[in-house]
Amino acid sequence: MSARGPALTERGAALEERGPGPVRVRLSVNGTEHTLDIEPRVSLLDALRERLDLTGAKKGCDQGTCGACTVWVDGRRVLACLTLAMTCEGREVTTVEGLAGEGELHEMQRAFIAEDAFQCGFCTPGQIMSAVALIEEGHAGNDAEIKEWMSGNICRCAAYPHIRAAIRAVRDRA
Amino acid sequence: MTTTTPSAIGQPLDRVDGRPKVTGHARYSAEIPVPDTAYAYVVGSRIAAGRVTDIDVSAARAEEGVLAVLTHRNLPRIAEQPPLIPSLAGTAAPGQTFFPMQDDTVHYAGQQIAVVIADTWERAQHAARLVRVSYAESTPVTTLDQGRDDTYVPEKIFGGWIPGRIERGDVAAGLAEADVLVDGTFTYAANNHNPIEPACTTAQWEGDELLLYDTTQGVNATQMTVSRLLGLPMSKIRVMGHYVGGSFGCKAMIHAHSALAAMAAREVGRPVKLVLTREQMFTSVGHREEQEQHLTMGATRDGRLTAIRHHKLSPTSHFDDWAEPSIGVSSEIYACPNYEGVYRLFRANTMTPTFMRAPGEASGMYALECSMDELAHELGMDPVELRLRNYTDVDAMSGRPWSSSGQRECYERGARRFGWAGRDPRPGTRREGNWLIGTGMAAACYPVAPPANPQRARARLYADGTAVVQAATPDFGTGVATVMTQVAAEGLGVSVDRCRFENGDTDLPNIAAAVGSAGAGMISAAVHAAATGLREQLIKRAVTDPRSPLHGADTVDVVVRDGVMIAGTATDAYTELLQRNFQPDAEASGQWSPPSGDVPYGMMTFGAQFAEVAVDAELGLVRVRRMTGAFAPGRVLNARTARSQLTGGMLWGLGQALLEANYMNPDTGRWVNSNLGEYLVAVNADAPDVDVELIEVEDSIVNPLGVKGVGEIGQVGAAAAIANAVHHATGRRVRKLPITIEDLL
Repeated sequence: MSARGPALTERGAALEERGPGPVRVRLSVNGTEHTLDIEPRVSLLDALRERLDLTGAKKGCDQGTCGACTVWVDGRRVLACLTLAMTCEGREVTTVEGLAGEGELHEMQRAFIAEDAFQCGFCTPGQIMSAVALIEEGHAGNDAEIKEWMSGNICRCAAYPHIRAAIRAVRDRA
Repeated sequence: MTTTTPSAIGQPLDRVDGRPKVTGHARYSAEIPVPDTAYAYVVGSRIAAGRVTDIDVSAARAEEGVLAVLTHRNLPRIAEQPPLIPSLAGTAAPGQTFFPMQDDTVHYAGQQIAVVIADTWERAQHAARLVRVSYAESTPVTTLDQGRDDTYVPEKIFGGWIPGRIERGDVAAGLAEADVLVDGTFTYAANNHNPIEPACTTAQWEGDELLLYDTTQGVNATQMTVSRLLGLPMSKIRVMGHYVGGSFGCKAMIHAHSALAAMAAREVGRPVKLVLTREQMFTSVGHREEQEQHLTMGATRDGRLTAIRHHKLSPTSHFDDWAEPSIGVSSEIYACPNYEGVYRLFRANTMTPTFMRAPGEASGMYALECSMDELAHELGMDPVELRLRNYTDVDAMSGRPWSSSGQRECYERGARRFGWAGRDPRPGTRREGNWLIGTGMAAACYPVAPPANPQRARARLYADGTAVVQAATPDFGTGVATVMTQVAAEGLGVSVDRCRFENGDTDLPNIAAAVGSAGAGMISAAVHAAATGLREQLIKRAVTDPRSPLHGADTVDVVVRDGVMIAGTATDAYTELLQRNFQPDAEASGQWSPPSGDVPYGMMTFGAQFAEVAVDAELGLVRVRRMTGAFAPGRVLNARTARSQLTGGMLWGLGQALLEANYMNPDTGRWVNSNLGEYLVAVNADAPDVDVELIEVEDSIVNPLGVKGVGEIGQVGAAAAIANAVHHATGRRVRKLPITIEDLL
C-alpha cells in the first residue's frame, strides 16, 4: 500500500500518486506563492534553501536533532529537515525572513541583539522561531519551563542564559 | 548619543552583525548564490583499516543528474602534501599529512573514498548510496586498551611545536621528600567540536582561477593550503568566508574537503558545493583524542608542592605525531621545583586529531586541578588557600616573569562573588531533599600564543567622514567584526557608527588564522596600526596645509575627537580637510610584527572557576546549579562579547564534565554515536545561569593593546570545578570524563 494513500492523509481527500520524478509543488512561504518542480523526496528545508534562496533556516544536522531548521507550518513550529516540501502544499510556511516586515525587526529579534543571545548566529533563526512560538504556546512561564521547551534548539556557542534573558524580556513586555 | 573616542574600546557595543544574523540575511558559506552549482556528496570508508579492493560506481553514475563519481582511480594526484603546521604560523595548514583518494589504502573509518557530484543534493546523496565498495579489511587499532602496549615518546607533538618530554629538577627526589602524595589516572572520552554549521566549501573556477567560499578560521590558511595541494599560484586563488557558523577548532586547520570541492568543480566544469553531513563531521575535521593522563603530585604538610609528574597516553594517526598539549600548563602555573611531563603515543586507525577549544589545557587542567582538590582535602586545607600558597610570579617552567597575571584577584573576586567563604569542606554534608549539594573550584589558565608572522590591516577614511577598515579574518562568532570596529574607531578618532569593519576575504590584508585565543590580540594590533597610521597621516596633512586652522601646529599637540582634529582652540575636521583638498579619501596600511626570537616573559591568561552541583543521591543525576568564573584576559575590547564567549566556554566545560563523549566500537574501529542525538552537548535545560567577572590587567608585552583573549580560557578548569563539586557533594572522586550516572550510583 502506498504511504501516500488516502487513508493516511490528514485531510482525507484522495491524492494522486506523484513522483518519483520532479513534480509541480506549490508552496506559500511568508505570504508569497511559489511554484517548484521538485522530486517528492525534497525536504522543506532544501526547498527553502536550495530552490527559493531563503537561507535563514539552517541545516545543522539534517536529522532532526539540532533545531537550526525550525520554521512554522500553519503557525506551528516544525523541523524543516524532517518535513517533505510537498506535504506543505495548502499550508502557510513562515521562516525567519518572514517574521517581521521588510526592514523591520520582530521584538524577539531586537531582544536577541540586546541580550547578545548568539555568537556565530547559525542556530539563531531556529532559536528565534522557537522562542516566538514558545511564548504563544504559553511555555515561557518561568525559567524552568523555558529551559525545557527551548531544549530542541542546540546553541553550540552556548548562549543559553542570554537566550532565556531575551525570551523573558519579550514575555514580560507582552 | 554617539560613542566618542577614546572610549570606544571596552564598550559593550551591540554586535555589528546582529541584524543580519537575527533576520536570516547573513550568508554563510553554503548560502552564497552561485549560478549552476552542482552538489558533491562524500562517501566514507566503512572499514577502519585495510584496502579498497574494488569500487563499482556504475550504478551511481547511471542515476539521473549524476555528473561524476571521483574515487582513488580517477581523482587527480595532489601536487604536494604540505607539512602539518598549526595555522597560527600563517603557512599552509593541512589538518593532517594524509590526503585521501590518492591510493587504495584505508587508514580510518569515514576516510573519504569517493565523491559523487550531481545536479541536486538529493540526487548526489542517493547516488552515493549506490557506490559499491569491496574491502580487504585488517584488524583496526583504535582504543587506549588496544594501543597501550605499543607506545612511543615522540620527539615533538602538535605539528612539531612542542617537545614530547619536558622536565626540571628531580621528580623522584621531590616525591620522596613529600609529606603527602596524590596519585590518579584520569580518562577522557574523545570529543567532537560539532559547530552547528557543518564544514562546507563551494568551489568555482573561472579559467585557471579558483574562488572558494569556505568555512574556515583563516581564509588565508585555506588559500595557502589549497595552493600547495593543487599546485596553483596563490594569486589565482581567492577565498571568502564572511560568516562562519562556529568552529571551536574544527575549522582551524584546512581539511581535505576544501581541496576536494575544487577538484570536483574542475572535473564537472561547474561550481560545486560540498557540505559535510553531521555524521561526516565526526570523521573529517579532526577531534579531541581519547586519552589517559596519570598525575602524581607531592606536597609538604603546609601545602607546598614538591613535585609533579604528569604523563599522557593517546592515539594518533599513522601519519602524524599529534597530541593536544595537555601537559604544558601543569608545568607552568604552580611554584614547584621538580616536574616531569611525558607524552606517549600509539599509532591508531584514526584521522589526525586536531585543536579543539582549549586544546590540551581543558584536559590537562582537569587532571591537575582535581589533584589539587584532592591534595587540599588530604591536607585539610581550603582549596583556594592551597592554590594561593603555590602561586608563582614566574612561569615555573621557564623561570620568566609573567607579562601580567591577575591570578590572585581572580581567586579573591571569584570566591567573593560565588560565596565561597565559610564553606564546610566535609563531603556529603549538605542535602536538600533527595539532592546532595556540593561546591568546587579550580584554577584556569591559557597560554598567550603570538603569531609567527606580521599581521596586516588597512584603513580608509572617506571625505564624508565614514571609514572602512579591512583585514582578511573571518568572524566565526567571536565578535571580531564588532570589536575591530571599536578598535578602528578609537584609533582613527571617529565614532563607531561611522566605521565599518570588512573581513573574511583573502583580497583583504593578510591575517593568520584566528586560533588559540590569539585572534583579538593580533588582529587588534594590525587594525590599531592601520587606524592610528591613517590618523597620523591626516594630522600631518592638516598641520602642513596652509588653509587649515591647524597649520603650523605640532602634531603631538593634536588630538582627534569624533572626526575633528583639535589643537588647543583650533579645530579642523577630517571631512573639511579632505573636501578642501579635493581628496575623495585617505588610506593607510598597518602592520604589527610580533616580537621575533625569545620574549623574556611568561605569557599566560589566568582565571578561577567555581561551581555548585546537586547530585541525586539515588539516581546519580548531576545538575550544575550555578557557575562563577573570574578571568583576567588583559584588556577587554568589548565587555559584552567577551562575557558571552567566556560564558560559552564555561558551559563547554559543563559539557566536557558531564555530557560529551564519542564512543569507539573497538571491534569495527567505528565511532558509535556520531550524531547530535547521541553525542550529547549542553542544551538549554543543562545550562545554569553563569556569572562572569572580568578583571582587566595591563599588559604591555603580549601585543600593542594588551589583549590576551577570551576564546578558550572560559572552558579551562570548569570541568575540574564541577568534578570537585561532585566530590564535595558525594565524597566520590571521579577521574573520568564525562562523569555519567553510572559513576555515581
